[in-house]
Amino acid sequence: MGVEKPGIVGAGSPAFLTTKLDFVVNWARRNSLWPMPFGTACCAIEMMASAASNFDLARFGMERMSFSPRQADVLICAGRVPYKLSPVLRRIWDQMMQPKWCISMGACASSGGVFDVYSMVQGIDTIVPVDVYIPGCPPRPEGLIYGLMMVQEKIRGESLANHAALRAEDPLAVGRPRAGDEEVADLTGPFGNSTHQNRVSGLVETDAIGRAEDRLP
Amino acid sequence: MTRDSSSGGAFSGFDLVAAGPGVAREEPDGESSPQVVPPGNPTVTALREQFPGAIRRNAICAGDEDVVYVEPGRIAEILQWLHDDGDQHYDHLADVTAVDYGGGRPLEVVYQMWSIPHRAALRVKCELPLDALEIESVTGIWVGADWLEREVYDLFGITFAGHPDLRRILMPENYAEGHPLRKDFPLRGRFSRAEQTRRALTQDPEDYYLPGEIAERVPQVVDPAGAGAVAGDSEGAG
Repeated sequence: MGVEKPGIVGAGSPAFLTTKLDFVVNWARRNSLWPMPFGTACCAIEMMASAASNFDLARFGMERMSFSPRQADVLICAGRVPYKLSPVLRRIWDQMMQPKWCISMGACASSGGVFDVYSMVQGIDTIVPVDVYIPGCPPRPEGLIYGLMMVQEKIRGESLANHAALRAEDPLAVGRPRAGDEEVADLTGPFGNSTHQNRVSGLVETDAIGRAEDRLP
Repeated sequence: MTRDSSSGGAFSGFDLVAAGPGVAREEPDGESSPQVVPPGNPTVTALREQFPGAIRRNAICAGDEDVVYVEPGRIAEILQWLHDDGDQHYDHLADVTAVDYGGGRPLEVVYQMWSIPHRAALRVKCELPLDALEIESVTGIWVGADWLEREVYDLFGITFAGHPDLRRILMPENYAEGHPLRKDFPLRGRFSRAEQTRRALTQDPEDYYLPGEIAERVPQVVDPAGAGAVAGDSEGAG
């Protein structure tokens, strides 16, 4: 590498050195991602299978599941999150050290899934910022591994130069909803899989059986 | 039930819910009649002899499950007798739950019991009108009814008189939208999603616990002098 041509390194511009530092830092970060498992449902079973020997997350640098948020790099939210659990999820995210990333694993964590009901958070991106959404119900371990590799690709493109902008966190926003009111309200439109909507949908009485007929060819 | 094509989208699955179980499916002839006593269960016969005015009716559900409808005002007295009497001895309370059939019908509180020595099951139901959702607690008979009654209170809004700690158990402490398992509760709740998210994030998880449950505890250290005795456990150390 550069050691064989010391003249180039010595004559290098600061930009050259900064780029290489980005590369080294990102290489170290993306190959030592320690997941913080936040498994609440069946997705967690697939997450455990991903960490077990058949799929072996450690091949990709997820050397171990870090059960303390203080030593974790990526939060894997696997499963549905009820409103009662949302402050816990938010607190765990706030406790994690920078830099940190978040994976929303499965349909329920990403959008509420089939649980479009009174008790369920409609997507954890209203609570914490999410980097990668993994679809599936639940996703197979290959899906989780692919999502983690997408996080690695995202880290590869990061730079220390705009690091502060990437990682900016408002201390006053700790424990407050990440998404705005309109954004959250849009989550519950007249679409959906519920049968008895009379609140956000503008007092529109949706008819489940009629909609099932619409789906027929 | 067939779908009426002429009425377009007027038919809703909630018509069945509003109509209740009596319309949705055919009931056996004997079930609704209070005079018919299905044979075979000595507990039901004994209950009718012991509490002649308090048994409204009884039925057999799903082939061999005995259901007894009793007066709500005498539920603690009846369950105490079922628990204490040697011939009944229903010492295990498997479940306390409730059913809302909608349409203004009374809520039913369900006690599912099991007698370990007699290997017999019994289900006791109480019908509570919607304007008088209060019933006596049975925590004095079975301690295990504590959380079960809290769950019924949380999800149906039925008050249990004499319960030692009647708080919400499943929904958050600051939940202000009502009781979710009632038929008149909208599926997505009464507040907007934004309000629900905001309220959820303002709660403190430590609020779920009683002050004594999160107080600092003396770490248990095994006392080397006393074999197996635990220091700090004053009763066990004697």
